Amino acid sequence: MADKKIKIIVAKPGLDGHDRGAKLLSRIFAEAGMEVVYTGLRQTPEMIVEAALQEDADVVGLSSLSGVHSHFFPKVVELLKEKKLDDVLVVGGGIIPLEDIPELKKAGIAEIFGPGTPTPTIVDFITGNVRS
Amino acid sequence: MIDKKELEKVKKGRESWEEGTLGKTLSKRGERREVFTSISGTPIERLYTPESIKDLDYEKDLGFPGDYPYTRGVQPTMYRGRFWTMRQYAGFGSAKDTNARYRYLLEQGQTGLSVAFHLPTQAGYDSDHPLSMGEVGKVGAAIDSIEDMQILFDQIPLDKVTVSMTINAAATVLLAMYLSLAEEKGISPDKLGGTIQNDVLKEIICRGQYIYPPGPTMRLTTDLITYCQKNVPRWNSISVSGYHIRESGSTAAQEMAFTIADGIAYTQACIDKGMDVDSFAPRLSFFFNVFTNVCEEVAKFRAGRRYWAKVMKERFGAKDPRSMMMRYHVQTGGVTLTYQQVLNNIVRVGLQTYAAVAGGCQSLHTDSYDEALCLPTEGAVLVALRTQQMVAEESGACDTIDPFAGSYYVEALTDQIEAEIDGYIKKIDEMGGTLVAIDEGYIQKEIQNSSYQFQKEIESGDLAYVGVNKYIMEEPPATGLLKVDMALGDVEAEKLKKLRAERDNAAWQKALDNLREVSKTEENVMPAVIEAVKAKATVGEVCDVWRELFGEYRPKEFV
Repeated sequence: MADKKIKIIVAKPGLDGHDRGAKLLSRIFAEAGMEVVYTGLRQTPEMIVEAALQEDADVVGLSSLSGVHSHFFPKVVELLKEKKLDDVLVVGGGIIPLEDIPELKKAGIAEIFGPGTPTPTIVDFITGNVRS
Repeated sequence: MIDKKELEKVKKGRESWEEGTLGKTLSKRGERREVFTSISGTPIERLYTPESIKDLDYEKDLGFPGDYPYTRGVQPTMYRGRFWTMRQYAGFGSAKDTNARYRYLLEQGQTGLSVAFHLPTQAGYDSDHPLSMGEVGKVGAAIDSIEDMQILFDQIPLDKVTVSMTINAAATVLLAMYLSLAEEKGISPDKLGGTIQNDVLKEIICRGQYIYPPGPTMRLTTDLITYCQKNVPRWNSISVSGYHIRESGSTAAQEMAFTIADGIAYTQACIDKGMDVDSFAPRLSFFFNVFTNVCEEVAKFRAGRRYWAKVMKERFGAKDPRSMMMRYHVQTGGVTLTYQQVLNNIVRVGLQTYAAVAGGCQSLHTDSYDEALCLPTEGAVLVALRTQQMVAEESGACDTIDPFAGSYYVEALTDQIEAEIDGYIKKIDEMGGTLVAIDEGYIQKEIQNSSYQFQKEIESGDLAYVGVNKYIMEEPPATGLLKVDMALGDVEAEKLKKLRAERDNAAWQKALDNLREVSKTEENVMPAVIEAVKAKATVGEVCDVWRELFGEYRPKEFV
């Protein structure tokens, strides 16, 4: 299935309203040939994982700029595991202090992209690490 | 207007310069790029001359400070009279943490306060609501009840400091708490000065802290405006905000155009409620962003002031000059800050501060250089405040009014931006007004397209960004960042439990029942909200009454 499109859920967990990055990346992912589902704001980890399950997503991209990443991101990974969706690639971005990144990675978030990351870097990471 | 003969001379001179001096240089060496554009994509000419402003009519287009059309400023003496209000937006952790920061800022010479509420308060949830998990005290102060408000303003003289509150969908509740607190302290409402953001349309367009659908939420907005007009005469009952429109990716002209479109919608809504335009318009205020391109920003502010004055006079028939004055707060551009080489942000903020001042703002927040990494630390906040004080005291920008006026470039750019604003307003009118344009996603899509364009230009290198796509360095990770204790959520939940157990629950129930009944009618909700918060109803409980009645807003996504 070499030409099956990568399906990605772009999600905004919590109450944070900063969605410029999430919307921009949704467009960039679509241009890169991915199938994109943008959840909109105010998503709970349960809602995000339900969307991943329903959509049979390959990737979940989480965006947070309000400082709740340490709470929400690991919770999403945990719930994905519960639903036996272990092979879904989880990536994150936003305003995330570098010192928080090791712990997020340990919790199963594959990569964290800070502000100013060139979008091709993100696309390349996803295409290089998504389940085949 | 410039004399025809003079203009002819300038034209001849320019042509001979182009063939001679300029031509010689260009034949040897081209310019750095084919086309120059501002950060907003506006084409920029090599040179501006009297020809660029040949139609400028001094009396009609510029006039004098404090006079229509206010291009040169809304006050006759501007900063020669007094400086703008230096007002740092601040709030984090508990009410107590934030109170300590306010007192520190006031000690350092800040002249006004600006409250940042945490997201649960902004979205109308209490700290113990499931959706508040992880958010408590993160981006602002955790305020659930009037008891938190008492702590927040402990030992702060509310009759001497003006207070701005960034609260929108839940604005009525927080203003009710503030007014009740002032009453407790024995301060009469006519002594209170400040601003409440109360701009729900931009929440729907781009900021995301909406609660109710457009109709009912606009009713709460206009109830607050009407209430203040009658009872809190010095209060700015709305701050129509372009700040977040710009942050989410718009150009400078779009920021001004869409903000004015929102301003038109609010003005019309108040008129539709039967209010006379001059009874409320003097208390409408605005809030804008400022980026690093100084001339473009100065032109944006001047164009906006001029256009708004015309809107109020010509479209709404305002007669009171104060109704025609666009008074505004400015915050430097959060989105322009980079986490790379973070100290560079101090310089960005410095240039932005200069632009805001040269543009004629009434109050200003300067971002702290570490905001691309975390909530601002105390040291970084101090540099930000000092930046304003340096521009005020050392730069000379405040010694004369509207210092960029008469620059061929800035005047031409002012005209160009005003024409762009006018184009958007006409287009939105044709669509059926701001609410329709928002509902159809027109405004959102325009902003998203600009954001996309900007990203592409950064990635192609067409736009240089120091530390991001040029002059890049390896650097060690930042340390010493401000962190909010995750346990604060439990502390606040405990406080709420105690409040609910100890308050007079019969009085509380009665006040909420009354609020529900009043909200079903056309009556102004403010008095009932004030009674409810005095009976210790929480932000979440008041907002839930309306959630039941009005339903919740679910945006369409236009990705």
